[in-house]
Amino acid sequence: MPRRHIRTLLLSLALSFLALASAHAVQPDEVLADAALEARARAISAGLRCLVCQNQSIDDSDAPLARDLRLLVRERLKAGDSDQEIVDFVVARYGEFVLLKPRFLPHTLLLWFATPVVFAAALSLIWLAHRRRKAAGQSLAPLSTMEKRQLKRLLDEG
Amino acid sequence: MIAETGHYALILALGVAIVQTLLPLIGARVRDPQLAAVAAPAAQMQFVLVAIAFIALTTAYVTSDFSVANVWQNSHSAKPLLYKFSGVWGNHEGSMILWVLILTLFGAAVATFGRNLPRQLKSNVLAVQGSIGAAFLLFIITTSNPFIRLSPAPFDGQGLNPVLQDPALAFHPPFLYAGYVGFSMAFSFAVAALIEGRIDAAWARWVRPWTLAAWMCLTLGIAMGSWWAYYELGWGGFWFWDPVENASFMPWLAGTALLHSALVMEKRDALKVWTILLAIITFSLSLMGTFLVRSGVLTSVHAFAVDPARGIFILAIMGVFIGGALTLFAWRAPLLGQGGLFAPISREGALVLNNLLLTTACAAVFVGTLYPLALEAVTGDKISVGPPFFNLTFAPLIVPLLLAVPFGPLLAWKRGDLVAAAQRLMAAACLALAAVVLLLALNQRGPWLAPFGIGLGVWLITGALTEIAYRVKLGQASVSEIGRRLGNLPRAAYGSALAHAGLGFAVIGIVATTAWRSEAILALKPGETAEIAGYTLSFKGVAPRQGPNYRERVALLEVTRHGNAVTKLTPSKREFTVERSSTTEAGIQASWRGDLYAVLGDELNNGAYTIRLYFNPLVRLIWLGALVMFFGGAVSLSDRRLRVGAPKRAQAKAAAISAAE
Repeated sequence: MPRRHIRTLLLSLALSFLALASAHAVQPDEVLADAALEARARAISAGLRCLVCQNQSIDDSDAPLARDLRLLVRERLKAGDSDQEIVDFVVARYGEFVLLKPRFLPHTLLLWFATPVVFAAALSLIWLAHRRRKAAGQSLAPLSTMEKRQLKRLLDEG
Repeated sequence: MIAETGHYALILALGVAIVQTLLPLIGARVRDPQLAAVAAPAAQMQFVLVAIAFIALTTAYVTSDFSVANVWQNSHSAKPLLYKFSGVWGNHEGSMILWVLILTLFGAAVATFGRNLPRQLKSNVLAVQGSIGAAFLLFIITTSNPFIRLSPAPFDGQGLNPVLQDPALAFHPPFLYAGYVGFSMAFSFAVAALIEGRIDAAWARWVRPWTLAAWMCLTLGIAMGSWWAYYELGWGGFWFWDPVENASFMPWLAGTALLHSALVMEKRDALKVWTILLAIITFSLSLMGTFLVRSGVLTSVHAFAVDPARGIFILAIMGVFIGGALTLFAWRAPLLGQGGLFAPISREGALVLNNLLLTTACAAVFVGTLYPLALEAVTGDKISVGPPFFNLTFAPLIVPLLLAVPFGPLLAWKRGDLVAAAQRLMAAACLALAAVVLLLALNQRGPWLAPFGIGLGVWLITGALTEIAYRVKLGQASVSEIGRRLGNLPRAAYGSALAHAGLGFAVIGIVATTAWRSEAILALKPGETAEIAGYTLSFKGVAPRQGPNYRERVALLEVTRHGNAVTKLTPSKREFTVERSSTTEAGIQASWRGDLYAVLGDELNNGAYTIRLYFNPLVRLIWLGALVMFFGGAVSLSDRRLRVGAPKRAQAKAAAISAAE
């Protein structure tokens, strides 16, 4: 195995242990004194992905990189940035991969529209099937008086 | 010698599986019933052989035979006995053996108990089941053989990932697999029906018990995984929309839809083509789950090894089975024909709505899980799809479904009366609304939507009770009449009411804990106290302790409430010596109000420790709900009408009753 591969392997092993042993997320020294600001920090953090973890937000992860990002978010908040400005800043730095909720862009159109399209398609298929049956004259007409009488006679006999 | 026996048994099982696949199909072609009859004993034989292989591997684990490479890699002599057992499936090779063991168990069960199945259908079902077995046995023998020896044998093993050394996780895979693989039965029945080009209500009656059993196991398997994540990962989350979780959730959604559409097919002979397609889709999603988890496309705790050869092999298996089944479907489905008619407002209509919403929700999860992989493969762009996306797309589909659930069982077959159903549900709706109003008045914090979520859960529970009350004519008939009706009500009715109520419990648990959990992140020195949700916790300090195969540092927190001692919490951090990694064990005090949850963090410079406290209100209801759903499935499964070979008399009686209505 070439040395580069071994290094990658070791690195990914180390990272996966970091991810597994997580549990510690926000540290006491990170928490902002201003409760409203801290609440905003938590909300922003929950939407940002920890880049070295498996599908965890930086709010849930204790990886050093996640801590750096949490501190960064809080610093920008204290500097008076809006939530949107902070998210934009992080995306500019780390790319779109950091967003747990993908942005609405040409390459995510399919992602966002797939579910409504499936729903609409399924609904129209059901409607078409229903109409085809109706058109075939198979609609459920209520029993006529004649038929009701016949049915009653049959049931009474039985 | 034992390992070689296991290896040999696996290869024999492959041979038997090939015979089980080919002879019945040839027999059907040349009209030789004796060739077709080979399927049943072959299915039983295949199970016995795979069981021998499984027992051989288990023996190697329990006796710590480190000359077997798989045991050396995943076990250690100092490991507790339970985890020596669960270590068998705590790795890729062993878990695939478990997969095939359960597959052949289902096949053998059909061979043994399916005496009332038509001969042709039975041998075709077993042939399809045999072909799945053959594919996976070939996969194990060529790419994932657990019986390879090491020479010289190492002195001791490398241990099992500490995260997997846990009681709930020991039994999570067998249940999950029983669910995944159980849906292969529905698949085999569907393909067999397509091969014959004939299908009727009896088909649905035969396929339902197997699907129900698989669904029950999958429900429990998912709940165990979620429970484990809750107490082990250390921040009290219970569902993360992780790709691996989604991989098990998609077959569950599709399987739930299948259970309901098979009901329509059994009772009304309608939705035949759709039910067949859904059976194929459900098992395809199970296969995809196996592929996603086993191939290493998603790297996580579950992907034990990343090996492209395995990924490509499973992808090929998927391609052949899914592609083959869908081709057969496109070719033969038009032969199946239309079934009974029904008006849009009817029991059938309600079940169509159920299927529409469940399969669309399943599609939402599917797209969210696979889109990042597909996008990266096509354009190279890397994006993340996380919980915010799933909550946004999943909830709008599931909330209307949950609102509609109580209506379904109250609508008549063929043509229902929505107004009458709504009138019957009046009491249930009032109770749910009362819960909403009460909570809105009391709600100090948390989102304003939360009381409505709780109301939805209450609505599901009261709605389920309404169904039973309506069917026994509560408030109309005399007490003795009600008692008689309660006794006569088919178990399936109790089963579905229980399952729907269980869903309600789970909804309440999810909403309550998400909206109203409290959290405190503290740096505590020994002797200091903290308060959360009415509890006072005093931190006594941290002490070391030695476990069987780990060392841990245990914190002691004494909990009081209104001055009365409640309990002592002992969250800890474990260092596993052999595996050289650590886990966090939360200290949890469970009560009906909710869970008090404490996690020990690192020691800080000034002698203080990071301690995290959570109070998760009503969180137990999530898993209690899943258990109730499982139990509802079991009650329904014990209904004599569902048992294979139900007496004809019951059928005739039921027909007379529905005619009288």
